Amino acid sequence: MTGDVACAEGALAAGCLFFGGYPITPATEIAEHMSERLPEVGGTFIQMEDEIAAMASVLGASCAGVKSMTATSGPGFSLMMENIGLAVCTETPCVVVNVQRAGPSTGLPTLGAQADMMQARWGSHGHYEIIALAPSSPQEIFYQTITAFNLAERYRVPVLVMTDEFVGHLSERVVIPEPQDIRLAGRPVPKGRKDRFKPFRAGPDGIAPMASAGEGYRIHVTGLTHDERGYPTMTVDAQTEMMERLVGKIRRHEEEIILTDGYRLDDAEIVVVSYGVSARTAYAAVDEARRSGIKAGLFRLLTVWPFPERRIRQLAERVKAFVTVEINLGQIHLEVERCAAGKAPTLLVGHPGGAIIPPEQVIEAMQTIAKEGQ
Amino acid sequence: MKKAAAPPPHPLEDLIRTDRIPHIWCPGCGIGTVFSASLYAMKTSGIDLEKTVMVSGIGCSGRGAGYVNLDSYHTTHGRAIPFATGMKLANPELNVVVFSGDGDLFAIGGNHFIHAARRNVDLTVICVNNFNYGMTGGQVAATTPLRARTTTTPYGNPETPFNLPLLAFASGATYVARWTILHTRDLTESIAEALLRPGFSFVEVLAPCPINYGRRNREKPLETLRLYQEKTIVRNDAHPTELEVDFEKGVILGKFVDVHRPTCSDHYDQICRPKDLVENAQAEAGA
Amino acid sequence: MAFWRAPLDAGDIQVTRGIVYILEDRCKGCGYCIEFCPKGILEFSRSFNKKGYHPPVVSDKEQCVNCHFCEIICPEFAIYSVEAPS
Repeated sequence: MTGDVACAEGALAAGCLFFGGYPITPATEIAEHMSERLPEVGGTFIQMEDEIAAMASVLGASCAGVKSMTATSGPGFSLMMENIGLAVCTETPCVVVNVQRAGPSTGLPTLGAQADMMQARWGSHGHYEIIALAPSSPQEIFYQTITAFNLAERYRVPVLVMTDEFVGHLSERVVIPEPQDIRLAGRPVPKGRKDRFKPFRAGPDGIAPMASAGEGYRIHVTGLTHDERGYPTMTVDAQTEMMERLVGKIRRHEEEIILTDGYRLDDAEIVVVSYGVSARTAYAAVDEARRSGIKAGLFRLLTVWPFPERRIRQLAERVKAFVTVEINLGQIHLEVERCAAGKAPTLLVGHPGGAIIPPEQVIEAMQTIAKEGQ
Repeated sequence: MKKAAAPPPHPLEDLIRTDRIPHIWCPGCGIGTVFSASLYAMKTSGIDLEKTVMVSGIGCSGRGAGYVNLDSYHTTHGRAIPFATGMKLANPELNVVVFSGDGDLFAIGGNHFIHAARRNVDLTVICVNNFNYGMTGGQVAATTPLRARTTTTPYGNPETPFNLPLLAFASGATYVARWTILHTRDLTESIAEALLRPGFSFVEVLAPCPINYGRRNREKPLETLRLYQEKTIVRNDAHPTELEVDFEKGVILGKFVDVHRPTCSDHYDQICRPKDLVENAQAEAGA
Repeated sequence: MAFWRAPLDAGDIQVTRGIVYILEDRCKGCGYCIEFCPKGILEFSRSFNKKGYHPPVVSDKEQCVNCHFCEIICPEFAIYSVEAPS
């Protein structure tokens, strides 16, 4: 099956029961597949009038207690930003899939890119933390969509699955495990007296339990800065407290959230940093480089945000250089540069968008660095 | 000396977040009255309050959700209706009420309004129409009368306003009514009716905005209420095309549309979830 | 009201009487209740509340007929009437 279909199947395996979407190339197939399958599992599909409405409907459904998602691409992602901010502020779990395509603006609708990565981190206004995953194959999209739901529910945060048109339209073998072999997480539920419940009082792990609409908790949820009762509170103190909770709940659990994969990393001197479809380029390049005598390794980001700062800083102490491979003109590269902090040179093998980077370009870059080192 | 018995509480005391009263609305603001009427309607209609949710957008009217002692959601500007749609579809047992203002629902939120009406989503939409954007200081809105003064139309409004009941009717709303805050009993009855019936119900309520709209258009709040008393007429049989807001000619109030057609969920269940389809899919999965 | 003849049950008609409760600190002095009380028995008080507004006072307690109009027109949840015990 294609990546898009695998994404939809992953969502269904995770227990998603609501999809509010809008067609956009190359994510339309996710909506189409969900429209067919959701009624079969007792869920609801609706195609809303625009992406803004789609994201709003996803939040409404999630607040009603249902695992919800949407899928889009660049232009729709931009439209959804305000409501993603609402999800962050109201701590509403949801999954947003961005099947990236070349931009800016309408760009190349049928050709992929990885150029929304910074937007994934900072697209909505205000300062906040968010989780973004980057799958590189249909099988991986299946699993990462499940992971996305688990993270969203556990941390009460929107989780972005940042795939791209190449993987979305790629058809590969996907093994779907038995339901009993899939681990699912739900949102933390409130305990204790309903009339004493404070909807934004964090538990010991920094996350507040979530009451859904209609359960009798009579909560108030607002996008305005609020206190633990959920009431709008226009003070700097309330802002400080709320920000600490929103940002802290992710930062504090970074070790559990961040997933990375090291390939031939142990003795690597030149480390390729990559994610998503570009990681496939990177694997090939690393193997070829090794064959030609370069001690290459790959540090693959399965979780792009939060960025694995600590790991990059550690690697920077011992490696000769980093090579970032991504289909944009330098976005995650900026993070690698920042975290390397000058301890190791960082090189970008980028692309303006529309095609997968051929491994040769990465090998060339690695050879250039290797020669400079000598 | 005999100790005075404690006075009985206000009839709506259990439905308002008393720890946040007095609310932020200005003296003479009509929103409080519409809000109060909505709460009375919720009580008298007999709907299950535990399953009743209020969703609002941004603006003075949008603050209403913060004062009701029910599950309430204060969402982004213009997006209360799609949020409410998602909520209702995910849990059809909820009674979802959208309480917002004319700017939020019909300018930025206009597209969402017409689609929800078209779909006949089972929502009750209460629109407080005070002819401007009050919260931000009184800018022109899609409902501001021609030539009226607002902060962004200092020479007078060069645009003509919407006829909201006509817009709702044309989009497919199955219940459309218009009242003013002075017609409180009719308003409460209308809202109660809207709450009890399935489908997209829309109630427009004309309300004064004394500090922003009223002040700039030489209308003290009591003068606005006098207008509501003297320059309105109740005509339930009026056709939505006759419902322009023109206080010179007289503004028509009443219940204009009350029809029944299948809701969004009814159709989805009938068409997308036929029993045999579901059974077949399950059988195939098992095979 | 002028009658052609006195109604046969004129002696039996009971007019409801009400007691008005005013939550002074909620009032914002808009004057709607005063203006629209059908018996005209509300007026602005000379004292003012915590915020400086003049809440209403009942000028003639006996005349309240418990119509609840002050209660339903008030935007502030500040005034309500309750049926007086007969």
